[in-house]
Amino acid sequence: MTDIQSAVAARPESPPASHEVVFDVRDLTVSYGGAPALADVSLEIQRNRVTAFIGPSGCGKSTFIRCFNRMNDLIPSASVDGTILYHGQDLYAGDVDPVEVRKLIGMVFQKPNPFPKSIYDNVAFGPRVLGQKDGLDDRVEEALRRAALWDEVKNRLKESALSLSGGQQQRLCIARALATNPEVILMDEPASALDPISTTRIEDLMHELKQDLTIVIVTHNMQQAARVADMTAFFSVRVDEEHDRRTGVLVEYDATTKIFTTPGDKRTEDYVTGRFG
Amino acid sequence: MRWGEVLVKGLLALCALVSVATTLGIVVALLVPAVEFFQAVPIRDYLTGTEWAPLFEPAHFGVVPLVVGTLSVTLWACLVAMPFGLGAAIYLSEYARPRTRSVLKPSLEVLAGIPTVVFGYFALTWVTPFLRDIGLDAEIFNALSAGLVIGVMLIPTVASLSEDAMSAVPQALRDGAYGLGSNKLQVSLRVVVPAAVSGIIASFVLAISRAVGETMIVLLAAGQQPVIDWNPLHAVETMTAFIAATGQGDVPTGSIEYKTIFAVGLTLFVATFLMNIVSIRLVRRYREVYE
Amino acid sequence: MSVAPTIGRRSHGRVSQLLFKAFLLFSLLVGFVTLGVLLVDVLKDGLPALSWSLFTDPPSSDPEIAGARPAIIATILMMLLLIVMAIPVGVATALYLEEYANKERWYNRFLEVNIQNLAAVPSIVYGILGLAFLVRGLGLGRVLRAGAMSRTLLVLPTIIIASREAIRAVPSSIRDGGLALGATKWQVIWRQILPAAIPGIATGSILGVSRAIGETAPLLLIGAVTYISFDPTILGPFTALPIQIYQWVRLPQAEFRELAAAAIIVLLVLLLTLNAFAIWIRNRYQKRW
Repeated sequence: MTDIQSAVAARPESPPASHEVVFDVRDLTVSYGGAPALADVSLEIQRNRVTAFIGPSGCGKSTFIRCFNRMNDLIPSASVDGTILYHGQDLYAGDVDPVEVRKLIGMVFQKPNPFPKSIYDNVAFGPRVLGQKDGLDDRVEEALRRAALWDEVKNRLKESALSLSGGQQQRLCIARALATNPEVILMDEPASALDPISTTRIEDLMHELKQDLTIVIVTHNMQQAARVADMTAFFSVRVDEEHDRRTGVLVEYDATTKIFTTPGDKRTEDYVTGRFG
Repeated sequence: MRWGEVLVKGLLALCALVSVATTLGIVVALLVPAVEFFQAVPIRDYLTGTEWAPLFEPAHFGVVPLVVGTLSVTLWACLVAMPFGLGAAIYLSEYARPRTRSVLKPSLEVLAGIPTVVFGYFALTWVTPFLRDIGLDAEIFNALSAGLVIGVMLIPTVASLSEDAMSAVPQALRDGAYGLGSNKLQVSLRVVVPAAVSGIIASFVLAISRAVGETMIVLLAAGQQPVIDWNPLHAVETMTAFIAATGQGDVPTGSIEYKTIFAVGLTLFVATFLMNIVSIRLVRRYREVYE
Repeated sequence: MSVAPTIGRRSHGRVSQLLFKAFLLFSLLVGFVTLGVLLVDVLKDGLPALSWSLFTDPPSSDPEIAGARPAIIATILMMLLLIVMAIPVGVATALYLEEYANKERWYNRFLEVNIQNLAAVPSIVYGILGLAFLVRGLGLGRVLRAGAMSRTLLVLPTIIIASREAIRAVPSSIRDGGLALGATKWQVIWRQILPAAIPGIATGSILGVSRAIGETAPLLLIGAVTYISFDPTILGPFTALPIQIYQWVRLPQAEFRELAAAAIIVLLVLLLTLNAFAIWIRNRYQKRW
């Protein structure tokens, strides 16, 4: 058996039964300046699961995950067609405020980006912005505990966040995202800038957090997807030679065990067995 | 050893020495007469005396009225330049589209290129009558007109330096804040401005330094009354106005009145020099953090 | 959580966001509106008084026949002197700092800091410098040369800083290529680097000179006399356009105010032409590396 297959086999759970749908994506297309970067994606994200997006670089997985909290709105040339329903509500409806969306759906980025403030102020930033001024101390402590960082920083909450190591900073960013009690956390390659030990800690964190939250992650590391994800979506690049365009497409979306042991599409099989990618 | 090269290097270095000679010249030109001045007038009297009347009998050499005049004008200048300069900078850095910014930023610089004598003309012939029209009892020469106009003139200075500092803040920090559900106001004020604070303060200090050193606008619009009067609607005299007025006249070389030019000049130079050093250090600090 | 969270429709503080943005736009407008009012005011008072006599007649106590001819001539002479004196020294200093100086040495770092400080010294201090050394010290008297020399010192830091930027922008591949062919350092500078940096140097210098022309304070001390009626020469007493404006504004008669406004128009047109020229040079000759 390959590395990945042994990783999948080592997982404790049995194939997951169906859960409530959090995100319902239908025919989603994202274009930058008119050129489609990601085309006609449809899938459902289930509650209390870890869903991973994998695929070669340039296949649009980062673009896709940023649609869920409307971060693509910050890029002027980006336009989104199609629908994403969040518990049945259209995320891109005309009267929906992106700021409100991001209060319910949190995000952790590839490179840790703590604010140049104290550890406490970083975690407290979200609640303060939401106007939740009472019980800040408790919120901060709870968020840091959930991110498995409390014991390491409880005596130096007033120190600058930049004095932490890379792995600690990323866990701080996770705590920061957790402090507002979102229902969903999006993670865009959260461990790719970290050392292996920090990576393992974050993967363990994901297993714990999914009890209360829904987690969606982008990763270029297949072993990681095999270790943490319940459901996996494989994206690939469709090359349009005539117009010199590369567009991302969803190839296959299924339970992780299935994707890595008996993939339905040949492209998926080629990718997960390392024939290309 | 190529002698031609050595010669060239020597010539160029000599030219570079001109700047050193300038600084030395300034220091010597100020210090020598100033020292003589302070032999005749005790430093304590100079720094704490509240009457400035060098040509009277008996003469008084307390520099406080001139300092108060300078500070009064500078205060109003800062009340205009700092908030509006920072506001313009936030707009350019966080709200404007790149193409708009590339048009607006140079346009603002035009304001900075207008000669100060033109601003002085404006302060005297338009701003003061305007202040009177809206009901303020302003004298013909007053600190407020000069201060307001200096403030507007310094908006580009504050805006430019602050905008540089804010542009240097990495986009990742903004993304992080947006990801937490902040709106643009919160991102600008709670994340970007605090992160750029060294550069912003540097711009403030630079503006103060320029306001203190400004001559023509105060000469034309603020007056020549060395009094300790914080009322902006009255005439005052700043250090620079005094130097300019006295230096123009036929004050005999070597007299005590002649030396007052240098004593006040030295005070001015030291004050702006210290502020400039602080400003340069602050700019270096924010550059180190982000580059 | 068993109840699905709903997305809020209204953002916190919508009103405060709008007010904030309005304040920011207002901040931008303050400068531009003031500039507009200033220009309108100057044009309103100055255009009627703008006539050829401004250029041909000397000043006089009778506003009907007063002109700014000596001032205009002196300003142009001063500008030429500045270009001849300040640019070579400034470029030479910049070349020394960028190409020859060992940045580790303390005296070179001191040189750099020194120039930065000089750029921020109030202009009137340069006037004091000129007064002490040139007018009284060297006994030159209140002559145009003295005025030009202290203006040179005033504008030197600006030219140095601008020239350094231009020289720094030339990619090192040019230097390396020249040296690899066996050229001496100076040959590379003279034949390759300077020609490449000239647009940047020219732009910066012209902008610096145009700022210097508007600086009045040092000249007040050096003694620009405002009542000369003959054409000034380099060696003699002098005046300058900003000084003329300054003097006219202070006179009580309203006609002199209008004359001042007219002279301001001339000054602004002169500066505008210089700046446009500088920008034209930059756009025309700027090579994109």
